[in-house]
Amino acid sequence: MESLKALDKGLVERMHEGMLRIRLFEETQSRLFKAGEQEGFTHLYLGEEAIAVGACLALNPDDFITSTHRGHGHMIAKGGDFKKMFAELYGRTPGACLGRSGSLHIADRGIGMLGANGLVGDGNPIAVGAGYSIRLRGTKQVVASFFGDGASNQGTFHESLNMAASFDLPVVFVLENNGMSCGTITASVCKVLQNLGDRAVAYGIPGENIDGMDVVEVYRTVGKAVERARAGKGPTLVNCQTFRHHGHFEGDIDVRTPQQIKEAQSHDAVADFEKRMLRDGLATEKSIRERRERIQALVDEAVDFARGAPKAPAADAMKFVYAE
Amino acid sequence: MRQLQYNEALNEALIEEMTRDEKVILIGEDVGAYGGVFKVSKGLLERFGPERIRDTPICESAIIGTATGAALMGMRPVAEISFIDFILLAMDQIGNHVAKIMQIAPGLLELPMVIRTEGGVGGGIGCQHSQSLEALFAHLPGLKIVMPSTPYDAKGLLKTAIRDNTPVMCIENKKLYALKGPVPEEEYFVPIGKADVKREGKDITIIATSFMVHEALKAAEALEKDGISAEVVDPRTLVPLDVDTLVASVKKTARALVVHEAVERCGIGAEISAVLNEKAYDYLDGPVLRHAGLNVSLPQNWHLEPVCIPSADSIREKVKSILG
Ligand SMILES: Cc1ncc(C[n+]2csc(CCOP(=O)(O)OP(=O)(O)O)c2C)c(N)n1
Repeated sequence: MESLKALDKGLVERMHEGMLRIRLFEETQSRLFKAGEQEGFTHLYLGEEAIAVGACLALNPDDFITSTHRGHGHMIAKGGDFKKMFAELYGRTPGACLGRSGSLHIADRGIGMLGANGLVGDGNPIAVGAGYSIRLRGTKQVVASFFGDGASNQGTFHESLNMAASFDLPVVFVLENNGMSCGTITASVCKVLQNLGDRAVAYGIPGENIDGMDVVEVYRTVGKAVERARAGKGPTLVNCQTFRHHGHFEGDIDVRTPQQIKEAQSHDAVADFEKRMLRDGLATEKSIRERRERIQALVDEAVDFARGAPKAPAADAMKFVYAE
Repeated sequence: MRQLQYNEALNEALIEEMTRDEKVILIGEDVGAYGGVFKVSKGLLERFGPERIRDTPICESAIIGTATGAALMGMRPVAEISFIDFILLAMDQIGNHVAKIMQIAPGLLELPMVIRTEGGVGGGIGCQHSQSLEALFAHLPGLKIVMPSTPYDAKGLLKTAIRDNTPVMCIENKKLYALKGPVPEEEYFVPIGKADVKREGKDITIIATSFMVHEALKAAEALEKDGISAEVVDPRTLVPLDVDTLVASVKKTARALVVHEAVERCGIGAEISAVLNEKAYDYLDGPVLRHAGLNVSLPQNWHLEPVCIPSADSIREKVKSILG
């Protein structure tokens, strides 16, 4: 892989920091979930960290993202607050959604995170609408829409790309291609899986097929797409190849064979990036260990905060049906 | 008698009908190697092969449309949409085609298809995976709707549905899949349009659907201690509704309470209440009342779930308030 020396050192550190924040947050959450501290549905982003981090580093703080059922990584990369996130996962009132929306629908408008989503493929049209509002408001913001290879077979994908392309809207469609759609190997229901970026041709917009395990490549490609979007030239589709390390959701019986899972886990964007940093003299074993320890301490602090926070009261169940 | 789980009973219904008639096929997301999200199609891929057990891309609208086209050509497809929440993506196909084709071309076309799906609250998975949307479909003339509450009813009704030449929706419940109950080894059918008195009583009729049948039965047992004898009637089929059985029960008890998980407003309880008002007014000692889900979107928070739907305790309280 290319040398990191040509990159700004601060950027390299932010890339590492961002991926570690997701990795350590979710490894911890996975343990807590297994231990029975949380209930419900939680889909982990482990393995795919380079995509959210590379893409969000190419965005400004006031840009927007739409997310998926696998949304913690996107939220963290966009600047999500650990305490608000863990409180949400524990169903506590200081949660990002006051403890009533959990893992599957976590959102934070304040950082431009328009929401995780329980419906596969439904983030794309919402991103188009956010893009349209940017044009109407004349603000030069950009929207990145994250979605999976499975979602790319929904009607909403095609409808959204065509609409965003026709209106030249400032949207970057970031396809996270882990080759899996829940319990179905996507290649068995989709003939162009490896080159989903080529679908852009059908809508008259640029499409890229890149290595989604390389945070630098994601950052550069999405960066180009963001520039184009900001300049009013319209959307881009970026297909990022990646690997899902865990089952579809925590507690799922993975449809992949143990060898297939092992092979997927052998692709590790965080470990690869750390090797590159060491190789190129941008980190030492010690600096990496210290960064890990510092972030883990933040994660642990957030967990303690969430455990001690008040539970969403029963009366809240009836609230928020209508605007105040 | 032999005990089977609800999902095993459904699995057996599929095996029997697919073995008997090669026109019966199963189509849906993750129905193949994964065995279905709720394991209803476990082992069917090995048994019947990938042409008849068809994994699809994630595209609910096209799944229902494909089943419709196949049914028009004489196949007998069973389409699975794992969570009823996702069926909203296929609403056009169901509302404008499945429910209407036979009435558009009277006598020319039959539509022998089944849509299997599930609803209900459980496990803290939030508002986009917990809805009970049966009333939306009851509002579309042209569909039959069954909602089995026991393994026995599930198998018997699914077999009848597969042999029916009118489209049938079989709405299961996520909390019932692991429920065990008696299922005979020999073949049997449960007729569509026939309610079942699950418990006899003389002071009040509790009309409950799906999982709520079990909560109503528990409540009835507890009410015995309060000196109240409650009859529990499960309509089993919502369309066509077995009005005779409901009226006969109310004639005996002179009181009726309808219980369902779906939100109260415009739920099936409204229809049942209206029908009893029209057909059983003279026998009633008080208004038909409803006890149903709160008119809210369910929070993804397991502490708040029980607040949002009826339970054995709340049913018992409600009955006592009616008779007390
Ligand atoms: C409309 C809809 N259909 C089906 C599902 C069930 N489901 C949840 S995630 C998933 C697979 C999604 O695959 P992909 O888009 O590739 O994302 P990944 O899980 O791989 O991140 C499915 C089928 C759903 N949540 N919503």
